[in-house]
Amino acid sequence: MSDIEARFQLDWPGFTLDVDLNLPGLGVTSLFGHSGSGKTSLLRCLAGLEKPRHGRLVFKGRTWQDANTWLPTHQRPIGYVFQEASLFPHLSILGNLQFGQKRSGGAARVGLEQAIELLGIGHLLERKPDTLSGGERQRVGIARALAVGPEILLMDEPLAALDLKRKQEILPYLERLHDELEIPVIYVSHSPDEVARLADHLVAMENGRVVAAGPLGETLARLDLPIRLGEDVGVVLEATVGEIDSEWHLARVDFRGGSLWTRDHGVPTGRHVRVRVLARDVSLALGEPGTCSIQNNLDGRVESLADDDHPGLLLVRVQVGASLLIARLTRRSAAQLGIVPGLPVRVQVKSVALME
Amino acid sequence: MLTDSDLQAIWLTIRLAGITTLILLLIGTPIAWWLARSRAWWKGPVGAIVALPLVLPPSVLGFYLLLAMGPNGPFGQLTQSLGLGTLPFTFWGLVVASVFYSLPFMVQPLQNAFEGIGERPLEVAATLRASPLDTFFSVVLPLAKPGFVTAGILTFAHTVGEFGVVLMIGGNIPGVTRVASVQIYDHVEAMEYGDAHRLAAVMLIFSFAVLLAMYTRRSQPRREA
Repeated sequence: MSDIEARFQLDWPGFTLDVDLNLPGLGVTSLFGHSGSGKTSLLRCLAGLEKPRHGRLVFKGRTWQDANTWLPTHQRPIGYVFQEASLFPHLSILGNLQFGQKRSGGAARVGLEQAIELLGIGHLLERKPDTLSGGERQRVGIARALAVGPEILLMDEPLAALDLKRKQEILPYLERLHDELEIPVIYVSHSPDEVARLADHLVAMENGRVVAAGPLGETLARLDLPIRLGEDVGVVLEATVGEIDSEWHLARVDFRGGSLWTRDHGVPTGRHVRVRVLARDVSLALGEPGTCSIQNNLDGRVESLADDDHPGLLLVRVQVGASLLIARLTRRSAAQLGIVPGLPVRVQVKSVALME
Repeated sequence: MLTDSDLQAIWLTIRLAGITTLILLLIGTPIAWWLARSRAWWKGPVGAIVALPLVLPPSVLGFYLLLAMGPNGPFGQLTQSLGLGTLPFTFWGLVVASVFYSLPFMVQPLQNAFEGIGERPLEVAATLRASPLDTFFSVVLPLAKPGFVTAGILTFAHTVGEFGVVLMIGGNIPGVTRVASVQIYDHVEAMEYGDAHRLAAVMLIFSFAVLLAMYTRRSQPRREA
C-alpha cells in the first residue's frame, strides 16, 4: 500500500485531467511538465482547491476524498506554497506567519520558530509584505506554510515568478527543507534544473495525464518516455565526494559505476552529492582513448538507443557499472561507430554539474 | 442663522442617514458578497434589481413602497399583524424606503471591493486552516476596508440627499419625516429665500466635504504586496 493514493478526473472545457497515482509518503516528489500539462491542477486537487467530479484521495490511511467523503481544504493537514507568495498585505510578516499557526491548534510539527530559522527570515518579522523583495516574500510564503505544521507540503512552482538571482537565493533553503523535513513534499516544476536538484521522485505529466512516475534517477534515465527535456536530457547520479585535488581545484565524485572529476566547489570529502550529467556532454568512443582534453573516461556498454527530438540526433543509453548514462550523438557518428546494444564503449564526460 | 426647525430637520436627516447606513451595512454586505462570488444564472437579474433605484424616478419607487407598506399592501399587513401599525408617514417608514433607495450605493462599491480581492487570498486562508466564515472576518473584511468606507460614505450622503421618496412615503411632518431637503422645499414654497439659502449652503458644504474626503483618500496610491 502506498502512502498517498490519488485518483482524479477533472473535466474542463479544453482540458481533461485524468490521473491515477501512488505517491511516496516521504521525500520530494516533483510533478514535472510543461504549462498546461495539468501539474498545478493535480496539486490543487490534492489540496482540495479543485473539486474533481470523480476522485479518490487517501493520505496515509485517511480518506480525504471519495464518493461519499469531501474534506474541505481548511481541514486538510497540508501546507501550500503558491507560485506568487500571496502574503496577506494587511498583516505584518509575523502576522502572516501566525495566521495559520494559530489556527492549527498547536499541532505544529515544524514550529514557527523552526520555520523562521529554516528560511532565514528572523530579521523581517516586523515588516509589511510590500516592503520585501520577491525572494524574501517567497521565503515567508514557504515559512508560513510550514508554520501550520503540515503533514504534507504542496509547492506550486515557488520559484517560477522569480528571476535567476532570487532563485539562487531560495534554492539553498529548499535544499535544506529537503534534508530536514520529515514530511512528503509535492513540488510542481517545469524546470529540469530544479527537479534535478530537489526531487527524489519524478512524476512526468503531459496533457493532463501521467506519462512516467518513479524514482528520479530511474525515471530520468528512461529513453522511452516523451519527457520533453530538450537540451536538458540527462541523468542524475547519487554520489559521494571521494577526493579533493587542491592543486588543480578539482573534486572526484564516486558513484555506483565509477568516478568523475569536476570543479571543486568546496564540498568536503565524504559528503553526499548529486551529479547531473547532461546527454549533450557525454560522447562515446571505441578502443583505447587517444590524447584528449576530456578527463573523465568510463568503461560502459551500450544498453539501448532511442530517437531524439531532432531527426539527426540519437540518444544512447549506456550502462556504466550499476548506473546509467545517456549520450546524445548524431546519427551519422552512431552509424560510423557501429553503435548497437551490447557494444562496449568508452564513455567520455565533458562536464558534470555538482549539486549538494 | 438656522432656525430651530432647520436644526430639527438636520438632526432628523442625520439620524435617518445614520440608521439607514447601519442597516444597509448589515443587509448589503451579504448581497454584495453573493453578487461578487456567485456564478448562478440569476445573479444578473438580482444585480439589475439592486441597481434599479439608480435609474428609477424616486416617485415611482416611493409609489410602490407606499402601496406595499400601506394598510392593504403585503408589508403593511405584516406590520399590522405584528402590532406595529402601518409605516407610511412615520420615521421608520422613511428608514425602510431609504434602505431600498440607497441599496445600490452600498452594494456596488462593496461588490467591487470583494471582486477586487480575487480568489487567491481566500485560497491562501483555506490552506492556512481558516474556515470560510473565519476567512471572511480575518481576510476579506480587512482587505475590503476601503470599499466599506466608500460604500458607507456614499450611502450616508445619498440618503441625506433624498427628496422624492421622502415626499411620497413620509410627507412633511415636522420632527418625524421633515428632513433637510424637504425643509428647503418648504422655505422656497413659502418664499423664505434667506432660510432656504442658509440650509442649502449647509447641504452644499456637507456634500462637497464628503466627496472631497473620498476623492483625496482614493488618490493616495496603494502598493500591492
